[in-house]
Amino acid sequence: MTEAVLFYLFSFLAVVAGLSVVVQRSPIASALSLVVCFFALAADYVMLDAHFVAVVQVLVYAGAIMVLFIFVIMLLNIREPGPTPIGLISRRGLVGIGIAALMGVGLIAGLDGLVHTPAPELPKGYGTIHNIGEQLFSDRYLLPFEAVSLLLTVGMIGAVVLAKREV
Amino acid sequence: MSEFWTDFLIVIARCVFSVAFVMNIVPLLIWGERKGAAYIQDRPGPNRAPIDLPNPLDVPRLLGAVMAGQPLVYKPIVSLRAAGLIHTLTDVVKLAFKEDVTPDHVEKFYWFIAPVIAMTISLCTFAVVPFGDQLLGVHLQVSDLDGGLLFVLALTSLGVYGIMLAGWSSNNKFSLLGGLRSSAQMVSYELSMGLAAVVVFLMAGSVSLSKIVEMQQQPLDLGFIAIPAMNWTALSPFGFLAFLLFWVSAFAETNRTPFDLPEGEAELVGGYHTEYSSFRFALFFMAEYANMIVASAVTATLFFGGYAVPFLDGATIRANADVILAVLGFGAVPAFTTFAVIAFKRQTRPFYQVLAAEDPRRNEPKFWTGLWLGAAAAHGGLGVLGLMGGLAALSTWASLPELGGDLVAAVLHVSSLGAKVLIGCWIMIWVRWTVPRMRYDQLMNLGWKYMLPVALVNVFLAAGWIILRHELFA
Repeated sequence: MTEAVLFYLFSFLAVVAGLSVVVQRSPIASALSLVVCFFALAADYVMLDAHFVAVVQVLVYAGAIMVLFIFVIMLLNIREPGPTPIGLISRRGLVGIGIAALMGVGLIAGLDGLVHTPAPELPKGYGTIHNIGEQLFSDRYLLPFEAVSLLLTVGMIGAVVLAKREV
Repeated sequence: MSEFWTDFLIVIARCVFSVAFVMNIVPLLIWGERKGAAYIQDRPGPNRAPIDLPNPLDVPRLLGAVMAGQPLVYKPIVSLRAAGLIHTLTDVVKLAFKEDVTPDHVEKFYWFIAPVIAMTISLCTFAVVPFGDQLLGVHLQVSDLDGGLLFVLALTSLGVYGIMLAGWSSNNKFSLLGGLRSSAQMVSYELSMGLAAVVVFLMAGSVSLSKIVEMQQQPLDLGFIAIPAMNWTALSPFGFLAFLLFWVSAFAETNRTPFDLPEGEAELVGGYHTEYSSFRFALFFMAEYANMIVASAVTATLFFGGYAVPFLDGATIRANADVILAVLGFGAVPAFTTFAVIAFKRQTRPFYQVLAAEDPRRNEPKFWTGLWLGAAAAHGGLGVLGLMGGLAALSTWASLPELGGDLVAAVLHVSSLGAKVLIGCWIMIWVRWTVPRMRYDQLMNLGWKYMLPVALVNVFLAAGWIILRHELFA
């Protein structure tokens, strides 16, 4: 009961923060709203017994990536607020909103069937680091895991090469 | 009382304890910092603020004066300066009652929440540090998260927001530079901090801090002899290297000298907290010390057995609670007597020789001598026996035979963690007043070009060693 209440509370917070990311005029406010959104999502993961994912969400997204975002905003020192996105909706924007609304309706209709099926009992140790580690490093997901690490390395080297061309 | 409310109260008690643990050491550290600085720089340090006690015979008259609303005027009989501890009290009063200036040019909202974020994050981090094994089956830890140390790392990475926002919202270039420096520094050193901790995870087979402490409470097997409850991570070669890396990173994460560039006063006025005054500044100030305490506590938990008492594991303490209580109680007698002798000898210092005969400061050494002698007498007399009898009576009355042992174990565990935390904090103070500040490029070079590779190699070597040991001896 308590968990359900907290879950919906944090979900609501996540949606509000997500909207605020789009609607806010100052870049710093948008970035901080995104941090709050990530935080609320992490809280939702905790409610769903995915503690590891929650901690990693805070550690990686809120703690590292968003810090870099804000770092850049601070360095560029963007203080003049941009135009309000709501006031500048073009025809193309209207088409976008329409398509998004259609997809949203479809998504809700699709998910409606899921809500009524009772959730199966979680296996013991679900969402623990031990369990996730076993899944990731056993035969099941080992290849995707290694492929992703290779991809990250390639991305990092690429960034260094692009940024430091003269050295 | 229903089960729900019992659980609820237990949770509240654990939270209050963990916050109180940190917040009570903070003033002690501020005092320790000043005293330590004074000793290292060969000057007296804080020694002025006194509490003037009236003659006990005068108290009824003074009470009458207070009731009648007359001014409180008396001739003090003793002036207590308590080695400068009173300064901490006066500091709190000063910071709370100073004018709170909000400059016109700041971004108000972010400027207001920045110190709150800094303080909240540093207090939350302590939630996963265990401060004892169990008391009547209740875990002495706010939350034994599966994530354990990852939670600490996550919160540390959030701590940067307080400093960053303070620097940015203050809207001046010095504060902004301070905020930028601190975020770059904290993001860089988080990597070597995490990699250093990986070695501990490998050894304990878990990231939960309580499991890590349990592992360290095992006997240390040296082949020819097994030392009980000393399986500390820092006593193994890879663990020791990991400890050094973690400790240096902790300095950078808490923005302590030699890595205190975010507030480098010679270059940045005061860095990110330049524009803050009064209690908002106090929040940053307290957050710095709270961070030191948490960093020491986490380091102690990962590498020095956490709450574990050296040479005594939990079962031994519970089995010999009476003996331990007696040894501590009677052992305190010579210790307190020594303190009394030290306090008494202070009277022969030149300072006391030049004081006028009626100066109340003259009586201070006598007061402390009496206090310590009294404490010694209380311990040597009925104190210890009464305590032991009381514990036994309490256990029988509550019909909980394990209560006495659990209480003794809890007190010993909390004191053990507290002692380790204080030692860590003292090392931080010692370093601050000994090592000069680094230049910014040196700081980045150290983090990325030296510590990160060493930490990586350390992880590989430790993993190899653990697999090898597993294959050879198991």
